[in-house]
Amino acid sequence: MNPKAFIVPCSGIGKAYGSVARESAFCVTEDLRPETSRIMPLSLLVLGEEETREALARTPVIAVDGCKLSCAAKVAAEMGGEVRHALQVLDTFRRHPEWKPEGISELNEAGHQLARALGEEVALLVDEIKDEVKNG
Amino acid sequence: MADLPPKKVGLISCSGEEMPEGTISRLAVRKVMETMQKGKTATICLPLFLAGGEGDRAFARAYPTIAIDGCEKRCAARGTERYSGKPAAGIVVSALSPHAREELGTARRLSACGRDMVMATATAMSQLVDRLLESSHETENRPRENSEMAAAGISGMNQEEK
Repeated sequence: MNPKAFIVPCSGIGKAYGSVARESAFCVTEDLRPETSRIMPLSLLVLGEEETREALARTPVIAVDGCKLSCAAKVAAEMGGEVRHALQVLDTFRRHPEWKPEGISELNEAGHQLARALGEEVALLVDEIKDEVKNG
Repeated sequence: MADLPPKKVGLISCSGEEMPEGTISRLAVRKVMETMQKGKTATICLPLFLAGGEGDRAFARAYPTIAIDGCEKRCAARGTERYSGKPAAGIVVSALSPHAREELGTARRLSACGRDMVMATATAMSQLVDRLLESSHETENRPRENSEMAAAGISGMNQEEK
């Protein structure tokens, strides 16, 4: 298996920005960089099991959060991960105010466009760190 | 007579990025909150137990909770118990579903069958919400064990860990 960078998205059950974080992670791992990235589910990180911690110790993390509480970045760090990049959906939204995300269960078209833009930012960061990933 | 805050049931979902059952958990929670039990339920993101403050960690002590998990790892149920309080009930979608995983679609895009499972999961959850709200009026506010539901992926209330 190829080494893959970990993308940790916010779990996003309460706000549209969380859904954008989640969708952006799918954009990276399924569309843009399927060979060099994978999602590390935040729920699994919360449990902090040994196997998960070991995987985190070998792999820089890109956290994508939906709000300032920064659950993804905080939990990844708490579990021993090195959070190389901590991104916020709101920062991408400020650059693209024309794409206002709405909907949690189902994002509107603007939300999908915002997720795609954020995914493209994350994909470039995956390229930056791919030589440091040791989990293959 | 004093106005008391309305009773609510807390719903805690797995984040489910790795498998369709996780997405089913998440969407079923939203369906229950937005339509089936509107105003009678509340949710919190599971990682907030770690990333948030004491108020967030008190969630399962403030509400009887239902953990909705996509798979047998039961991250939502175990995480809630570890950081907040033991859930009153739980649903495991992979045990509830009669379908093979491939039939459900992907975590990103559910198939028609996966969307049907959202409805089935939401219905099971809504029934648990009703039972928990009913039981909150009784002196013992934990409903009774129901082994038939447990076998179908719905763990009833004060069952011991198997």
